[in-house]
Amino acid sequence: MGDVVRIVLTRLGLGLVTLLIISILIFGAVELLPGDVAEAVLGMGATEENVANWREKLGLNRPAPVRYLEWLAGAVTGDFGISYISESPVIEAIGPRFANTLFLALYAACIAVPIAIILGVLVALFRNTVFDRVANVLTLTSISSPEFFLGYILILYLSVKTGYFPAIAKLSDGMSFTETLHRTFLPALTMVLVVVAHMMRMTRATIINLLASPYIEMARLKGTPAWKVIVKHALPNSWAPIINVVALNLAYLITGVVLVEVVFVYPGIGQLLVDAVTKRDFPIVQACCLIFAATFILLNLAADVGAILTNPRLRHPK
Amino acid sequence: MNYFVIGYYALLILGSCLAAYFQKRQAFLLLFSLTLASFIMGIVGGEPALWAVTVGAGLLALAGGVAYAFREFLVILLPTESAKAMRTAPLTAGFGLFVIFTYAVAGIFAPIIAPFGEAEIIASSFAPADEVMLLGADQLGRDMFSRIVYGARNTVGLALMATILAFLMGAIAGLLAATKGGKFDQFMGRLADVIMSIPSLIFALLLLSIFGTNIAIIVIIIALIYAPRVFRLARAVAGNVVVMDYIEAARLRGEGMWYLIRKEILPNSTAPLVAEFGLEFCFVFLLVAGLSFLGLGIQPPTADWGSMVRENATLISFGDITPLIPAGAIALLTVAVNFVVDWMLHRSSGLKE
Repeated sequence: MGDVVRIVLTRLGLGLVTLLIISILIFGAVELLPGDVAEAVLGMGATEENVANWREKLGLNRPAPVRYLEWLAGAVTGDFGISYISESPVIEAIGPRFANTLFLALYAACIAVPIAIILGVLVALFRNTVFDRVANVLTLTSISSPEFFLGYILILYLSVKTGYFPAIAKLSDGMSFTETLHRTFLPALTMVLVVVAHMMRMTRATIINLLASPYIEMARLKGTPAWKVIVKHALPNSWAPIINVVALNLAYLITGVVLVEVVFVYPGIGQLLVDAVTKRDFPIVQACCLIFAATFILLNLAADVGAILTNPRLRHPK
Repeated sequence: MNYFVIGYYALLILGSCLAAYFQKRQAFLLLFSLTLASFIMGIVGGEPALWAVTVGAGLLALAGGVAYAFREFLVILLPTESAKAMRTAPLTAGFGLFVIFTYAVAGIFAPIIAPFGEAEIIASSFAPADEVMLLGADQLGRDMFSRIVYGARNTVGLALMATILAFLMGAIAGLLAATKGGKFDQFMGRLADVIMSIPSLIFALLLLSIFGTNIAIIVIIIALIYAPRVFRLARAVAGNVVVMDYIEAARLRGEGMWYLIRKEILPNSTAPLVAEFGLEFCFVFLLVAGLSFLGLGIQPPTADWGSMVRENATLISFGDITPLIPAGAIALLTVAVNFVVDWMLHRSSGLKE
């Protein structure tokens, strides 16, 4: 097991380094503003004095590397600074909303993952039949549609015309769990449609690739029954790619929520980010970007580690 | 039970019997499972559900017919070499090509096709459709149809520009990295890794919040975000070509780097790169549409599909499908490009089946 621990630690280290570089990018991008933050936020009409005050307040007079280190140290402990607009700590705005976003993503994942894997395996087993073609066309259509198109179609048919589900996913305190699930069903379903399509295609491709390998043919030639070929020979080898597929799509779920949240007016971190971008509230933009990037990297990392744990061959890189 | 329902089931059952009799296994499976599914849908959704299936099947047949006709049309028009490839193309690819062709015509001849200007206010807001305004008016009283036609020029044009720029940057860097190798290759590879590890929409939002939403800036930012994907593919493809003997021979002849890239590597890696261009276009197009939908893309009064969806979104709560039209236009083009790419990938690569 020593090998595994070492490889996993190396991956973790690499992920941390990537995250560090990204944090530099996120911080540095704001430094690239023509003029500086104070001028950009206050606009053309601001007096010289006003701008100077702001600089003093935000500590912009100190060199950028010092401010970066302070920002990073704060970010690690969950302190992302003070919002320019509301003048309250960023973490207060982000915390509950991030929980909402995670809930939505998890909700969608719970529906999407089993459906996608089962359908993907079925389509791979029945490849080149009518069902495969129909599934191919349907998944391609679903992938190609912008999230807001799917979202509005669902609103039109499942909310406005039939009234099964609310069109606006408003959350309030003290809502029962089933009520929350009902309220957030449409945004979750929108994401499920996109993610299932992606996952199905990826699962299909991996299974087909797998079934073309020599050891599967060997097993068949030995006369092993079909179900045993799948369970004994194909399945153990398909865990790694399937875990990969799931993790990649979860990463998509976490970041793809931005559009869905805006369509359904869901109080998540994506909507907060979009608002902050239009208002040029940089501390919130930076914090949201860092959180999204960290989640994205973490899930990709999970995919790597999962692949290593389930596939002994990856433990001995050539 | 009325005549429609009876006719519906009679037709389906007759169809499946015919398919079974003539040993068309696949057609039989499809028709019969549709019959069984219709039983459930008919019980749950009643007659409207069956109507929806009928309309859907009709639309599908129409699309299939158009695709078939357009494919035959291309087979006749194209020179022998490409006609041969065209003849074996699946119907979906024919359909994709037809849609792309239509959009191209709409985009290029927008001022001639559109009855009104894109920013021209001609009616009251949200006026319903009539003979003059085919799709009604938008929230300011501008003709929806004209704006959709102009949108083909603006939205697709922007996405195309960004894709071309991303492609040029990525492909050149990738080919150079594969040919040169060494430190340059390493550096570019790590850079691409970092850019790709930030989700694209998030990265675009960050950069747009800083640099503002000017068209040139949008194009450059999107190109920067998507160039690493092209870079990776170009590098991988070229990496396979670089180790060939004929490259070695050219190197020994003393050919320069540009000659190698232009005359030896590029011609041998076109097929995957072209397919990648299509895929890349889809990603970029969806990102552009998403940004406009969030109000951070092309700014009004320029007609743009993404922002048209957002501006008319309130209509959806009255059961009006107007906001779905520009969104559908986006989806249709992406589907079409994907169909064509799917076919090209299938033709050029060793996808295992």
